[in-house]
Amino acid sequence: MTRILIPSGALGLGYDAEALARGVAAKPDLIAIDGGSTDSGPSYLGRGVSKYSRAGTKAEWKGLIAARAEAGCPLVIGTAGTCGADSTVEWLYEITVEALAELGLSARIAVLKSEQPKERVADALKEGRVTPLPHAPEISADLIRSTTHIVALAGAEQIAEALETGADIVIAGRTTDTAIIAALPLMRGDHAGAAWHAAKIGECGALCATNPQSGVIQIDIDGEGFTVTPLADGAHCTPHTVSAHMLYENSDPFILYEPGGHLDVTAARYAAIDDTSVRVTGSVWVPSERYTVKLEGARVAGYQTLLLATVRDRRYVENIRAWVDDIASRHAQRVANRMGLGPEDYACELRIIGVEATLGPLETRREAPAEAGVMGIITAPTQERANEIGKLLNPFLLHHPLTREEEQPTFAFPFSPAEIDRGAIYEFCLNHVMELDDPMDAFSLEVRDA
Amino acid sequence: MPELGSIVEKVRSKNAGPFWLTVDIFCGSPEVYARVVNGLSSERVARLFRVEEATLKRFDIAVLHVVKFSLPRPAIQGTAHDRDMHGAGWAPLLAEVEIN
Repeated sequence: MTRILIPSGALGLGYDAEALARGVAAKPDLIAIDGGSTDSGPSYLGRGVSKYSRAGTKAEWKGLIAARAEAGCPLVIGTAGTCGADSTVEWLYEITVEALAELGLSARIAVLKSEQPKERVADALKEGRVTPLPHAPEISADLIRSTTHIVALAGAEQIAEALETGADIVIAGRTTDTAIIAALPLMRGDHAGAAWHAAKIGECGALCATNPQSGVIQIDIDGEGFTVTPLADGAHCTPHTVSAHMLYENSDPFILYEPGGHLDVTAARYAAIDDTSVRVTGSVWVPSERYTVKLEGARVAGYQTLLLATVRDRRYVENIRAWVDDIASRHAQRVANRMGLGPEDYACELRIIGVEATLGPLETRREAPAEAGVMGIITAPTQERANEIGKLLNPFLLHHPLTREEEQPTFAFPFSPAEIDRGAIYEFCLNHVMELDDPMDAFSLEVRDA
Repeated sequence: MPELGSIVEKVRSKNAGPFWLTVDIFCGSPEVYARVVNGLSSERVARLFRVEEATLKRFDIAVLHVVKFSLPRPAIQGTAHDRDMHGAGWAPLLAEVEIN
């Protein structure tokens, strides 16, 4: 039996300290926490930075380092620093060294890196070892070279390598969310289907329970199945909350692909042990013939400038679409006249907040709101150009009249200057897997004593 | 006819990675589940999200009283045309369809 303690769905979200202490007292074999996700968009991988604040990350991580020392078991973080690039692994390593010193502790740290040299991926593409997943964008060697960062998602094999060094703390770059939980039970010969299924249920912390914000859960994996127990006061797992968690952020609720195979939970059975814990059996791990790791890559997709105006005048709100369309065509003419630029040189979108900003052309509701915001989003190959185009939009958003006859209106700008330069925007440009002969071929492992 | 969101427990949408969106309808009871399975066609959902019906994955999960749809994201996450980084804002589109 292997007991894994999971403090929360991600480092940076906070965890219940009392519940964590309860978990430590129950003698876990490993403490695992996820450090990232693609869920907040491509900018983090594009820049190689963390989404969460350094101060918040350090406070939470320090608590887990102390918990690990007390429990005497390894602490593993996957996808360190949101994106799991080499730069965020080193960022968390630096935080770890500071935290250890402040706690008066020392530790052996295994650093597992997942970032990919572009030429490795370009060569693999040429050799036919890079395969698209459903709905993947077209790629080429040139596109691969245009990325700012590419990471491969490590699986249980690479985490196992890191644990085998005898490390107290494993700081891993990009991994699958599940690998950090599944690795140890797999190493110890527990049921493979149970190990992966437990990992999927546990990877978001207490999201598989009632009181999902409480974070901390404990999972026991054995030779036949697993048992999941939330540790916060008042949190309960039921067969419904646990099985429903397979739906979450999963395009297929029964199949989960991992490096080296897939998990099939079609035949899984969920049973309440008491009013808190749930026992799961019947999950199946299906090994694959090829060993593949998923790739994520991001590249610069231009530079943006934003403008925001709010419109409260009833007649303008009632005619907001016509007003915005008129501005869009006049602004395009002015950009052509003043800057000599056409539609192929930049993009300008006027998104109407209060009317269609979330759903765009898919919107089905048609009621007039009390007010509307107009967000101008300008994307161009350079920041200077985007800002110039924004400055040409500014007078329209401030003063454009619905009709020629009326006195010049003025609308509300919440900011000065009205143009907000966003810097580079990034796009995810890979949804592919790369085949490896050996799981460690695309990853590096280093042990440091701190 | 009532809106879907008014007869079920919850409709939620979320990213399933940067390229896919997944929408879960928690019906709450066998009766409502049957009503949703029978009353909400895949063709209608595909039209609502403006995707080819062939690209829409549908899961009718009786044991959970859940109907789940997964589809290519209306815009790839984080691109200039994307309106919703986390994908949660698409749920009301489905919650507001009328159902028998």
